Amino acid sequence: MWLMLIVLLPFLGSLCVAFLPSNSKNWEAWLAGLVAAASTVITLCYFPTIASNEVATLRYEWLPTYGLNFSLRMDGFAWLFSLLVSGIGILVVLYARYYLSEKDPIPRFFAFFLAFMGAMLGIVLSGNVIQMALFWELTSLVSFMLIGYWHHRADARRGARMSLIVTATGGLCLLVGLVLMGHVVGSYELSDILSSGDVLREHSWYLAILVLVALGALTKSAQFPFHFWLPRAMAAPTPVSAYLHSATMVKAGVFLLMRFWPVLAGTEAWSYIIGFAGLITLVMGAFVAIFQQDLKGLLAYSTISHLGLITLLLGMGTPLAAVAALFHVLNHATFKASLFMAAGIIDHESGTRDLRQLTGLRKLMPITATLAMVAAAAMAGVPLLNGFLSKEMFFAEAAGFGSGNTWLPTLAVIAGALSVVYSLRFITEVFFGPVPSGELPKTPKEPPRWMRFPIEMLVVLCIVVGTMPGVTVAPALNLAVHHMLGAYTPEYSVQIWHGFNLPLLMSVLAFGFGLVLYFLLQRRYGISRLDKVPLLHRLDGQREFERVLLAVTSFAVRVEEKLTSERLQPQLFWLLLVTLVVGGLTVWRSPIEAVRSPIGFEPMFAVLWIVGGVCAVAAAYQAKHHRLAALILMSATGIVVSLTFALFSAPDLALTQAAVEVVTTVLILLGLRWLPKRLTPDVTGVKATLRDYRRRIRDGLLAVAIGLGMAATTYMVLMSAGPTKLTDFFIQHALPEGGGTNVVNVILVDFRGFDTFGEITVLGVVALTIYALLRRFRPAPESIELPAQRLGDIKNVAPWQLARRGYLAIPAIYFRALMPVLVLLALYFLYRGHNLPGGGFVAGLTLTVALVLQYMVSGTLWIEAKLRIRPHQWLGSGILLALLTGVGAWLFGYPFLTSHTAVVNLPLLGELHLPSAFLFDIGVFALVVGASSLLLIALAHQSLRSHRRHFSGKPPTLRKRGAMRWS
Amino acid sequence: MELVYALVVGVLCGVGVWLLLRPRTFQVVMGLSILSYGVNLFLFSMGRLSVDKAPVLLKQTADAIADYADPVPQALVLTAIVIGFAMLALFLVVMIASRGLTGTDHVDGVEEEES
Repeated sequence: MWLMLIVLLPFLGSLCVAFLPSNSKNWEAWLAGLVAAASTVITLCYFPTIASNEVATLRYEWLPTYGLNFSLRMDGFAWLFSLLVSGIGILVVLYARYYLSEKDPIPRFFAFFLAFMGAMLGIVLSGNVIQMALFWELTSLVSFMLIGYWHHRADARRGARMSLIVTATGGLCLLVGLVLMGHVVGSYELSDILSSGDVLREHSWYLAILVLVALGALTKSAQFPFHFWLPRAMAAPTPVSAYLHSATMVKAGVFLLMRFWPVLAGTEAWSYIIGFAGLITLVMGAFVAIFQQDLKGLLAYSTISHLGLITLLLGMGTPLAAVAALFHVLNHATFKASLFMAAGIIDHESGTRDLRQLTGLRKLMPITATLAMVAAAAMAGVPLLNGFLSKEMFFAEAAGFGSGNTWLPTLAVIAGALSVVYSLRFITEVFFGPVPSGELPKTPKEPPRWMRFPIEMLVVLCIVVGTMPGVTVAPALNLAVHHMLGAYTPEYSVQIWHGFNLPLLMSVLAFGFGLVLYFLLQRRYGISRLDKVPLLHRLDGQREFERVLLAVTSFAVRVEEKLTSERLQPQLFWLLLVTLVVGGLTVWRSPIEAVRSPIGFEPMFAVLWIVGGVCAVAAAYQAKHHRLAALILMSATGIVVSLTFALFSAPDLALTQAAVEVVTTVLILLGLRWLPKRLTPDVTGVKATLRDYRRRIRDGLLAVAIGLGMAATTYMVLMSAGPTKLTDFFIQHALPEGGGTNVVNVILVDFRGFDTFGEITVLGVVALTIYALLRRFRPAPESIELPAQRLGDIKNVAPWQLARRGYLAIPAIYFRALMPVLVLLALYFLYRGHNLPGGGFVAGLTLTVALVLQYMVSGTLWIEAKLRIRPHQWLGSGILLALLTGVGAWLFGYPFLTSHTAVVNLPLLGELHLPSAFLFDIGVFALVVGASSLLLIALAHQSLRSHRRHFSGKPPTLRKRGAMRWS
Repeated sequence: MELVYALVVGVLCGVGVWLLLRPRTFQVVMGLSILSYGVNLFLFSMGRLSVDKAPVLLKQTADAIADYADPVPQALVLTAIVIGFAMLALFLVVMIASRGLTGTDHVDGVEEEES
């Protein structure tokens, strides 16, 4: 459980910080610091467990059949890394508190910072490799947000994008590699994988797994040829650089290599891939670092070089080299984080990071200067500092690698010399030389006391580890090494003095060369004046990356231009054509198994559909120039459809279709007014062009083909005997389990209640969308005019006066008298729906029709002065009732929407079966009333726009309370 | 009877598709509506045609399944009718809003340029 907290606390903290107000600088820092401290303390508390060689685990099953579980696992190795991540986290929080200015969005920084810490701890502590890949991508993502923290700066945005593309692509490769690995081993659990090294190494997929995992690790740890993103990531605020890009995230790659060292290392392929990547990065990074003019650039390339060193050590494949790699991870994290923080202070206090401008800061900020010089000395590998120890181990390994090779020791010495050069350059150019007199943007001074504190802590660590390795770092290192290497754990000792030996000689040589080289470069070549790296400036990974990105993007744009259209008609045409082809092929191949005897011919049906079909075709013909006629014709087809349903034993459908038909027709009638006037060609004299004819013929052919296809498919279905299992189930279970005899309704509200719930939600959403759209609706200017159809003596009469003049008086009285009858009918449909044709949908639509009739005959204003309809309330309470009915089942321990039937004896009505699905149906009813009346009323209210403009005088007052704003 | 029914579905779908491909928004609304008639009838046909069968359970003959009309496609079509209505309403409002916004009732929001 405590293990869980280590990972969970940072994420929770991140959420909390994200919601803090933006001006509470200290609160965020305190919270973040406390979270980091809590994770550190919990980690420390695990020391006794780890020290007794136990492995702390925690596992929640998620998809056990797929081997996917949430699993945490802390052994000595993971323990050391989580201590590193959380411990440096505290220091960086403290530093960031002073680094960030009041103008920066501080909650965002700390929220992402904590999220990053959680993700990083997640990688380190994952006991399941898929979960590890997940946290891995999460660090890439959060790193993107942190690099792009100052998103108003173009370099920050580009750097963030580049790092995301490189590391997330690597992460995908890693995921594939891990999946393959899990497949070979038969488990995604880390402990299972770690114990199957031989299986993995001998498997034919080994090389693929190795390459994929290496791609993940090398991209993350900025190894050649993927190193170019790290210098770009320096656009991030310095605390981010110190934490992510020197101490933790870039270490994730080498962490991964170390984690899988026992199972993947030891082969030739491993040595070539990992070793050479590391070697090239080591030398190249160090070389390029020398020629940087930006302080953070220098540190970035030196980080790349040191990571190369670690990778090279791992690539060598000997256990001792792996120990040196782990030790160097710790040492590098301490001195490099402190150097980054020092660089941030210098930037913060002097306003520049340019090595050509900075000079003589030793006088102005003596304490910071001393600290930075010690850290830089550790980076160069000066004795009595921690960097020396791991560098000695590296030299020893390089000297002993293979038999009789001289090139590796030589390259090691060269790399050592180069690191001496850039460390010297950092020290001498920034801190020595003449004191700046006004050429810097700001006058440098010592930073606040607590901003320096993290550097002091880290530098003290450098010295303590460097002088007394045996009592400080050795116990923890031993534990970690033991768990990292398992059976391969070698004999080794961490100490300062190993006697006069080859590694010491190499160190001395490296220092000598380094000093000479530095003075040569400074005096003879003047590195301070160079603006590009000699020899290697052509090898620009960033430029290649940009070029590839540009090529890919422009290719995508070209393809898109060729293949897509913004116009609707071609899109629909191709969509339909593909549907035709795919559907046609499917139907073509499916055999008809059993043939069914046709039912008897009904002449009435044929007559009915001669009318219906003619109406449909005529509607299509009239839809362009005579919209009203088209609408009426279409409605006629709708009524024929409804009659068809009635004929073929589907009364529920017939009822619903009829009701929907009425509502749809009214709706479209209301919309017609806002469409432009369209005159027939014989009035306008516009002739259709050849192109028009061609297009019509093309569309016509497609329409005929689809029509024929649908007809053929329908005929095939109708003539074949299909399976009846599903039907049997519903018919047999409707009454005993659903408590209703209307099987259709029982399916809707009980068996498939969840679907219906989704459906009514859609309906509600549509109604609200329409309401929102119409609130913002601005009609075309010419539609505001009074419609030309408004003729005769009512032309200039305000709508609210029409009724007084007896306009439509007889229908009005008739419809008002009809209202209670329709309401009763609606309730009757609702009540009997479970057992006889009817139900919530039909009932709701019927009630809506009753309301709409009143609107139509009496006018919007008149009716709303008399009757208050609140569609929103209907809609809301409907969906709530449906939801509560569903949730109610939980109270009795059943799944969502389980129905229960209660038998009630009522006077007058007798014995009543009241299934809870009935309540659900009432919800459906209320929602349908709300949604459909909302649609219609919202649309009807648009007509008031022109009323306001054309008629003076006061309309009847609306009731203020509860009156809705419609437009 | 089956043949007539199949032809009906074909005619409705064909007319619907034709209208869908027209340039004016109102034609597309009509097309959508007519196409959904066709598609609903097609869906309904999955239960095969049955005249004079019981649409609701008669308690005494609950075992003779062949006497009943297939309720499953009916339930599906009922859902389809209601969702089709919602879609049509939404499209209608988008249509008039687009006309208000762009000043034209062409489906692309701009009149086609003559070329």
